[in-house]
Amino acid sequence: MIKIKIDGKALEVKPKTSIIEVADKVGIDIPRFCYHKKLSVAANCRMCLVEVKNFAKPLPACATQVMEGMEISTKSKFTKDTQKSVMEFLLINHPLDCPICDQGGECDLQDTAVAYGASKTRYTEEKRVVFDKNIGPLISTDLTRCIQCTRCVRFLKEVGGMAELGLIGRGEHAEISAYVDKSVESELSGNIIDLCPVGALTSKPFRYSARSWELSRRSTIACHDSLGSNIEAHVKDNIVKRVIPKENESINECWISDRDRFSYEGLNHKDRINLPLKREKNQWKEIDWEEAYELIEKNITDIDIKKSNKIGIICSPQSTLEEGFLLKKIAKELNTSHIDYRLLEKSFSENNNWLGCKIDEIESHDAILVVGSNLKHDQPLLAHRFRRYANKRNNFSIITSYDDFYSTRCLEKVIVNPSAYINYLLMILKQVQLSTKYKINSEVIKNLLKAAKPSNEAKRIAKSLLSNKSKAIFLGHQILHLDDGDNIKLVAMHIAQAVGATFGLIPGYANSVGLNELNLNTDNISADKILSQSKEAYIMMNFDPLYDYHSPKKINSALKKAKFNLAISPYISDSFKEFDVVLPMTPFTETSGTFINMEKTIQSFSAVTPPVGQSRPGWKILRVLANFLQLEGFSYDSSEEVKTDAMIEMDKKNEFSLNDFKPSNIERGLEVLNVVRANDSDMIVRRATSLHQNKNKDQSCCLINPTTMLEEGLIEGQKIKISSSEAEILINVKADDNVCLNAVVIYGKQDETFILGMHNKVKIKKA
Amino acid sequence: MLNNNSHKASINSEVFPICLRTSNLEDSSSLQTYLSIGGYEQIQRILKDKISPEKLIEEIKISGLRGRGGAGFPTGIKWSFIPNDSDGTKYIVCNSDEGEPGTFKDREIIKKNPHQLIEGMIIAAYIMGAQVGYNYIHGEIWEEYESFEKALAEAKKANFLGKSICGLGFDFELYAFHGYGAYICGEETALIESIEGKKGQPRFKPPFPATYGIYGRPTNVNNTETYATIPWIIQNGGESFANIGVENSGGTKIFSVSGHVERPGNYEIPMGMPFKTLLELSGGVWKGRKLKAVIPGGPSTPVLPAAEIMKTTLDYDGLKNSGSSVGAGSLIVMDETTCMVSTLKRLSYFFYEESCGQCTPCREGTGWVYRVIKRIVDGKGKPEDIDLLLDVSKKISGRTICALGDAAAVPVLSFIKHFKDEFKYFIKNGKSMMDANS
Repeated sequence: MIKIKIDGKALEVKPKTSIIEVADKVGIDIPRFCYHKKLSVAANCRMCLVEVKNFAKPLPACATQVMEGMEISTKSKFTKDTQKSVMEFLLINHPLDCPICDQGGECDLQDTAVAYGASKTRYTEEKRVVFDKNIGPLISTDLTRCIQCTRCVRFLKEVGGMAELGLIGRGEHAEISAYVDKSVESELSGNIIDLCPVGALTSKPFRYSARSWELSRRSTIACHDSLGSNIEAHVKDNIVKRVIPKENESINECWISDRDRFSYEGLNHKDRINLPLKREKNQWKEIDWEEAYELIEKNITDIDIKKSNKIGIICSPQSTLEEGFLLKKIAKELNTSHIDYRLLEKSFSENNNWLGCKIDEIESHDAILVVGSNLKHDQPLLAHRFRRYANKRNNFSIITSYDDFYSTRCLEKVIVNPSAYINYLLMILKQVQLSTKYKINSEVIKNLLKAAKPSNEAKRIAKSLLSNKSKAIFLGHQILHLDDGDNIKLVAMHIAQAVGATFGLIPGYANSVGLNELNLNTDNISADKILSQSKEAYIMMNFDPLYDYHSPKKINSALKKAKFNLAISPYISDSFKEFDVVLPMTPFTETSGTFINMEKTIQSFSAVTPPVGQSRPGWKILRVLANFLQLEGFSYDSSEEVKTDAMIEMDKKNEFSLNDFKPSNIERGLEVLNVVRANDSDMIVRRATSLHQNKNKDQSCCLINPTTMLEEGLIEGQKIKISSSEAEILINVKADDNVCLNAVVIYGKQDETFILGMHNKVKIKKA
Repeated sequence: MLNNNSHKASINSEVFPICLRTSNLEDSSSLQTYLSIGGYEQIQRILKDKISPEKLIEEIKISGLRGRGGAGFPTGIKWSFIPNDSDGTKYIVCNSDEGEPGTFKDREIIKKNPHQLIEGMIIAAYIMGAQVGYNYIHGEIWEEYESFEKALAEAKKANFLGKSICGLGFDFELYAFHGYGAYICGEETALIESIEGKKGQPRFKPPFPATYGIYGRPTNVNNTETYATIPWIIQNGGESFANIGVENSGGTKIFSVSGHVERPGNYEIPMGMPFKTLLELSGGVWKGRKLKAVIPGGPSTPVLPAAEIMKTTLDYDGLKNSGSSVGAGSLIVMDETTCMVSTLKRLSYFFYEESCGQCTPCREGTGWVYRVIKRIVDGKGKPEDIDLLLDVSKKISGRTICALGDAAAVPVLSFIKHFKDEFKYFIKNGKSMMDANS
């Protein structure tokens, strides 16, 4: 600790901290524009210059580290004069257009100018004009207002992982620019709107729709991935006008992903339904709630539930804990254990399906191995922690099939077919076993290990896992979408046990962990099984049956065979044709509820707006449904009461044991990598229009490694026919050397591709 | 004009070529010529006799050699900052990015006597334990760049560079790096950024290049003239070098004389020579006119009126006492017909144009200053403009990341200080005092 004085106040501070950090900590305000606690120090705005005793020149508080005996004056005349002069320089070329600037009212420059600026300008020369650039559908630029602080540049390089913006030109001609003809495509791009201290970068979807002082700020939890980012919805006239991050250092820090930020556009999409719908002569007819419930009651009570499992229930992994609990309770009362939330999985082991450590502990490991994840799309914001870790510590290895870590420093990067994951893990396990003498009881694995010949990469990965103190192995949730996912998980867990590593599986959706903890599928019956066995009735909640389930053919034929199908959904579309009744539920912003995120943190939230039309929160719909069905024990008055019961239920959770390795015959050939892009993950984001306007994003094409294209005789831009066991589509080919060999990346959950289903194998033919 | 091989010098001798000692020889830039005057003997002697770096640094400290790029920092002390215990690559860089108006000495060294620079850099590399060197050559000079590449090829062929120099076990690679002509890349950290392939923008210091330079490795950056002086100092001893100059200003210095003189050019003279003598050497003020003012060290050093400069000796203390500095020795002579307002406009345009745009006071301030002066020259000046110029310049100065902001303020402050009447006249009459009769 070293002793300093700041504004006469004696302090003991840690060495290597900057003056501004000290000031922020003790609540002394130093004005700043370029400094941001999460970005590298640029020291270019000069607004934070302060007087330090024994220095002739003022020093930038952001870039000056405290030294023993330093005496800092943040309020002296010298400091004030300096800051005022910098303020004057910043304002001479800044347009005086605050009344028409979207940043007005929440502008750092405006606020600081009130405190440090002169009331009248001395500058009478011409002002600089900078032409605006189109950097995509999310961020609007007014570059004449830019003060060149380069926060956006540094964010995209340091957090976004790609230097998509830069400061081009010199002197007065210095301006922010993207690459020629390119837009900003980072999944985290929206954060530069928050970072921009002036109105140079504003939100395109939001701008001109409200003034900051007209907005009510309401906290909630983002629902598009399992990180559980804390967000603040800004509401005017009961409509969510925009979403910004709410700082939570241990979860989302001060950032959010673009889908969490802009998905609000999907909330009031034209597909939203305001009243219950009844299918009549292939047409939807609006009915009132009473009629809807009576219709459901009639159909359900017709079923002889004395025989078990007559009804199948499938819900989205985005369902709240309360919704899940009520569904589970209803299922029990209806004598069915056929209830599941796993829509894309083909492997169903239920143990350890969470991160295995706290989110902010990830980076404290000395070595990390990630297997089978497209982090950028699956968990856009979490990916940043892994990138930061990888760039800081040269001890990050990844085994995956589509490389979205291209600008990141990796110790080992193995890009292979999903069917080869298991071989790599066996090689690592064998190598690890050599030095740890770790015992494996399974005969199958023992035999497989005998055959394994560790490659150099596997040896190096094993070495990094062995030679470091704390280490972690994380699997992407895509592992569970593979036929041999359970085997992969089993071997990875053996490696973790052998080297004493944290084992985690990065879950896919907002409440995957919550529903798992709730033990929703008590008998571990998979959605797949529920659909294969004919049911008299199906209840499906909060997902699009064709887009969000991995086999549209299977789900459709199951629904066709059933006598009665009930959907509970905020939206209606052609996907719901096989349903008899659709009840309008509210999306996450219009309900209270609870999500449990990847690190098992329980986060409850309240509605930020009232329900649209006559739609109702999911938990209320289920409660009333139960009442209509005359089931016992559903007299809940609030979601909190449901939560209390749900928590008791969670305590009863039984542990699943690991299955033994089941050898599977994986045929060689062209494999499919089903990548669900960040902006296609669920019903809400798919309807958020701005997120889908970027022409540069590879819509409607499939990606193949150029080498494989050569072998298959394909050329870039060519149309090919892809056929799965369910359907056939025509699609353009794009070469991409980030894809592993002998594989094709198909973007799932898109209009052009959903019909294929998500299979591990397809056939391709030249069209 | 230049004497060769004259090692006995005194303050009275006219010119004393050290850096430019091959200038008058035939084929002055060739390896043969340099060898003929004892070239590359010093580095071989050092390596053969295993003279310790500490001893060499001591010799340089005795010589009183100060950085010739403008800052005048004692070279021996600077070199002792490079941590000699660090593992991994260390770099030395020669800053040949002279780009200020009136500077043209480094290009002459590179063109006429490149091998002495190379030998100087090898010795420096040996002293600081550097394995790799770069000579960063200004982007707007081509002939010199090619000439240096030629010299490098010769030196490499003769094993003065590369693995085990002259078979004596010391490795050093030297590369020429051609810049793109930005003045700011003469700032050592911007130069380092540029070598790294980035946009040339100064870094915030500390850390200084000595601990965090190219690719974060310890790096020493010196001016061309500084390195080129080293072999002579090692050959003749620090004391002989110090004796050439005056106290606090050891040795010789090249002054690049330009402007209104009869014989503009580079004059390598002993430090401490009266300005008067140099003016005579360069043929005096042209066309028989009277001297009005002199910028002694380049536009980033304050201008001095005739009366002041005529009393001054050309050395660090002499110029400092007169209110200016040696700078890079880019001495610009202005005769009695020169309009100081228009001259300042040109100089301010230079700094405005060359500001990197990174930090606020310089990016915004240099443009403001230039526009105000331009307005005055356009005949639209206002009486309050003079105070405005002074105020704005003072507010740029000392508040920027690098010294370009300070440099930009210097001419404005010094021109107005010494020639305020001319500015007032211009504002009042809308035309230059020099055009008073027209």
